[in-house]
Amino acid sequence: MNAHSESIALMHKYLDGDLNKTEEQKLQGHLEDCEDCQAHLRELKRTITLLQSAEHIKAPANFTDKVMNNLPKEKKRMIYKRWVKSHPFIVAAAVFFIFMLGGMFTDWNQDSQLVVSKQENLIIQGDTVIVPEGVVVEGDLLVKNGNLIIEGVIDGDVTIVNGELIESTSLDGEGLMASVGEINGELQTVNRMFDWLWYQIKSFFSGVFSTD
Amino acid sequence: MDQIIRDKIKQVKKGDQAAFSDVVEYYQHKIYQHCYRMLGNAHEAEDMAQEAFIRAYVNIDSFDDGRKFSTWLYRIATNLTIDRIRKRKPDFFLDAEIKGTEGLDMYSQLASTYISPSDKVEGIELQRYIHHEISELPPKYRSIIILRYIEEFSLQEISEILDIPLGTVKTRIHRGREALRKRLRHV
Repeated sequence: MNAHSESIALMHKYLDGDLNKTEEQKLQGHLEDCEDCQAHLRELKRTITLLQSAEHIKAPANFTDKVMNNLPKEKKRMIYKRWVKSHPFIVAAAVFFIFMLGGMFTDWNQDSQLVVSKQENLIIQGDTVIVPEGVVVEGDLLVKNGNLIIEGVIDGDVTIVNGELIESTSLDGEGLMASVGEINGELQTVNRMFDWLWYQIKSFFSGVFSTD
Repeated sequence: MDQIIRDKIKQVKKGDQAAFSDVVEYYQHKIYQHCYRMLGNAHEAEDMAQEAFIRAYVNIDSFDDGRKFSTWLYRIATNLTIDRIRKRKPDFFLDAEIKGTEGLDMYSQLASTYISPSDKVEGIELQRYIHHEISELPPKYRSIIILRYIEEFSLQEISEILDIPLGTVKTRIHRGREALRKRLRHV
């Protein structure tokens, strides 16, 4: 790099305010002896002055109105999108609720088969579950899509879904006979959709919040 | 003013389209001038300046509130104008040299609008001459020269607007100044 091009590089640093002390002295020293470089710097400074003197141009009249008229209309979809973005928790809760509800409906609609939570010592006749005399069922019992006859003892809660507890039995053809069975817990009969829903929610939450 | 603009942007983000008109009102002259200096003519400048505001509006959600809105807006406008310059058909250039002639371009055919550097140009003529010389610079120098000396951004701000390193901004501004010095030395 010769002295001139070095000094020109320094001039640009000077114009950007990047010159340090030694560079400043170097540039000054060169400028004192070199008329070409003096002229060069003068021209650069004059160029900048000319640029800065350039008139400020204004946008045409009605510019703002034109822009505003050309903006895309706020679409409903955008409003939803914006809302969804700003309320993530509500959206998550809603999605969760929909899935839960959907799950319940399929549960309710698809299972028309008899379901019994325990099979031991129980007699199943068609869609009727019988707890025979002398049998003690330990723990809770769930019967779905069937009726329940209790002649023995259930040591826990009983839930019957889509069925009923038959109080008296005439299965053996000997006329009415009082049900001698015993439930040592709560009896729940769930027959309607709403009850089913309520039951599901209750058992879900007791499942979630149970401490044991 | 910065705080007012910041609040307006928040309202626009919430879906208040009317709040955007204040933003346009405030920046219209700056952005229009920037496009005009970049493109060299009023017609394209108005188109691109409008497009810049529309894009800013459409993409307002991607604007980071922690940054300066003007920087973001200038970046959109600069990118649009540079794209526009690239898409121009080369045979539209008035300064393309006419085949079979030496140093003759279309400007020499438009005697009434072309201003020769040796003319004694003053006032409005000088303004036009400077404008013409700026628009003759290669776009990558042009944008920096305009941002630095007409819109008076710092080099650091220019580096943010154009998303290029500070060192590159400095190299380009040196070259831009040299190119203009050669063009304007006779004025």
